[in-house]
Amino acid sequence: MAAAKFETPALKPYPVIPLVAEGAMAHSKPFVAPAKIQEAVGFPGELTDGWEQRAVAKMGELLDKYRSLRVYMDACVHCGACSDKCHYYLGTGDPKNMPVARQDLMRAVYRRYFTFAGKHFPRLVGAVDMSKDVLDQWWSYYNQCSECRRCSVFCPYGIDTAEITMAAREIMDSVGLGQKYANEIIGKVHRIGNNLGIPGPALEDTLLGLEEDTKDETGVDVRFPLDAKGAEVLLVTPSADFFSEPHVDSLIGYAKVFHAAGISWTLSTKASEAGNFGLFIGNYEQLRKIALRIREAALELGVKRIVVGECGHAWRVAYSFWNTLVGIGAGGKDPFAIELQNQLDGRYKQPMHICELTYDLIQRGALKFDKEKNDGRIITFHDSCNVARASRMGDFAGGQFVIPREIIKAVASNFHDMAAGTTHEATFCCGGGGGLLTDDLLELRVKGALPRMEALKNVVDVHGVNFMATICAICKAQFSKVLPYYGFDMSMVGGVHQLVSKAIRLGEPH
Amino acid sequence: MPGRRGAAVTALSLAYAALFYVATAVFVVGLALKIRGYARTPAPLKIPTTPAPTSGGGVALRLTREVLFFESLFKGSKWTWLFGWLFHASLLLVLLRHLRYFQEPVWAPVVFVQFIGTWAGVTMVVGLAGLWARRFLVDRVRYISTPSDHLHLALLIAIGLSGLTMRFVAHTDVVAVKAFMLGLMRFSIQPLPADPLLLIHLTLVAVLMIVFPVSKLLHAPGLFFSPTRNQSDDPRESRHLAAWASALDKS
Repeated sequence: MAAAKFETPALKPYPVIPLVAEGAMAHSKPFVAPAKIQEAVGFPGELTDGWEQRAVAKMGELLDKYRSLRVYMDACVHCGACSDKCHYYLGTGDPKNMPVARQDLMRAVYRRYFTFAGKHFPRLVGAVDMSKDVLDQWWSYYNQCSECRRCSVFCPYGIDTAEITMAAREIMDSVGLGQKYANEIIGKVHRIGNNLGIPGPALEDTLLGLEEDTKDETGVDVRFPLDAKGAEVLLVTPSADFFSEPHVDSLIGYAKVFHAAGISWTLSTKASEAGNFGLFIGNYEQLRKIALRIREAALELGVKRIVVGECGHAWRVAYSFWNTLVGIGAGGKDPFAIELQNQLDGRYKQPMHICELTYDLIQRGALKFDKEKNDGRIITFHDSCNVARASRMGDFAGGQFVIPREIIKAVASNFHDMAAGTTHEATFCCGGGGGLLTDDLLELRVKGALPRMEALKNVVDVHGVNFMATICAICKAQFSKVLPYYGFDMSMVGGVHQLVSKAIRLGEPH
Repeated sequence: MPGRRGAAVTALSLAYAALFYVATAVFVVGLALKIRGYARTPAPLKIPTTPAPTSGGGVALRLTREVLFFESLFKGSKWTWLFGWLFHASLLLVLLRHLRYFQEPVWAPVVFVQFIGTWAGVTMVVGLAGLWARRFLVDRVRYISTPSDHLHLALLIAIGLSGLTMRFVAHTDVVAVKAFMLGLMRFSIQPLPADPLLLIHLTLVAVLMIVFPVSKLLHAPGLFFSPTRNQSDDPRESRHLAAWASALDKS
């Protein structure tokens, strides 16, 4: 199926909120997962008779399991504070991409089956029966949300559309309608160990190749260990870091940091993926099952610390959920958590972000840099949504903004932030997060990148910025793809540890 | 004549007494059931919108700022914040002012608020009018507005205008109204003046109380139960576990 033609939005000198353009993105739909992919992750293969009742029953189950969903279905007053906050609305003008309207697609069904007003006065409160028509709209618009949480920052009740999108995808999966891209990847992570489907031997080859490349570049033997028992640190990183550009340059950066600091570390074939697409589809069991691989690898390898590479949603899952899901953290009082927490070194944060590790080493003077090696770069930083609004780094609220910027300033001389309102907690999604990084949604991805591209254009014009650093595998892949649509060079995007890699001193060649 | 008139008032009084008992019961029981539902539903994962406070005290401050100043809304939309805050702050003063109908003697703070509370009635209607105007003037807000949104605003504005009319244009017998309200609280029905403006005002207030637990007015308790606002940011330091999620560890 050839992708339909679409026009790349024009970059405007200042942000303009588009007028409502009904149905502008109604045609945007991801590929449906075939039965084989659905069944491999434990979902029904396809929609069958009676799915409407099963969907409503599933909604009831989720309302009992998730306070967020229950409260958010009731609390919205349609104030409109979120209406101009979603990058997909700003890029498309489709009113169903306003967070409130996206939520209302589920609220209409919720009201019909679970509220007094909706049961008795459906027209008055906009309640509707679950039907194929409703499902089609869910399919389209709940696959136009990247679960970036920008709307939740501005909602007076903190309503998080991501929670509702996840519930909607979970309901759709449970009746046999799943997204091919996300569910195929979940199958791969279970079958092979990572999202890209790189088998162990191939991974080993790749790492050996990286050792050679790094030796050629620096003259130093920097190791990339795999499955090394008794290593101090288990590094869990998105599998894109092994194969994709520019991701791999950051992986080389992590290895150099470990080398320079003299920390023994290892990767794991079993846990060769930090990403956890269970988050995107809102399925707790998958979220937990995928996270369990990390726990098992940590126990088998006997590591003392678990460090996570540059990946936005993976850091959300690691930072916010790992302790809950599989006991990676501290403060556990049950045998399941204690088993692992006794093994991990309590003097360090568990899990730790690679940026926290590098920043700590910089603070202690354990790393030295030749900043001038990055002088050709004029750098800006793109806050990734899951790091910015769903996790933290360091010891204080907002450390997730300070630490990556401080690392960049320690390894390079030219740094300029993009405009306020487009960074920190108000950062714009890259346009490809939340399980939408697939070519069947390319139009959405290009248009959804518009707000970020406008902010970037501004610092390019004013400061001559030529590099946008970020700490997310999805952001890197998405920008590599969409930057050219807006007239930028795809190599403008890269990792923070790509910059670290360039400037770090490794000592004398052996 | 006096006898017949007394009888008519009594029927009216009884009807309104019944209305207010029902409205109060629906309001209290309905809201209690909803709040119980929120409280009993677990929040299995840590999902505060970050940056978030790292301690319980910080969370209390965050919620206080949300409740008193509408912090997030301020970030989100200055016009909505202006009218929304004006309406809610005015409503608070108006409610405090009305407490005098339910107490004897009247508390000093309630006496104090009488003057400003009168004018708060005006600013309340101004705030509501601003909120309603957005529903027509801003195309995005027009798109998301439902009949129920318009009716809520119409209801509140009608309550405000009927009250203001009684205060500034056609006075009602407030001494008798107070006797009626105090009587309601002691289950002794007193005569209610048959003033059409008063009856409209009271009917609309009763309607507001009745729809509260089945409408978007649930945003009031909802805020306190919103996990993105009421959770502390400390997932690495303590293991957060809901009962149904913890059961999976044992399987």
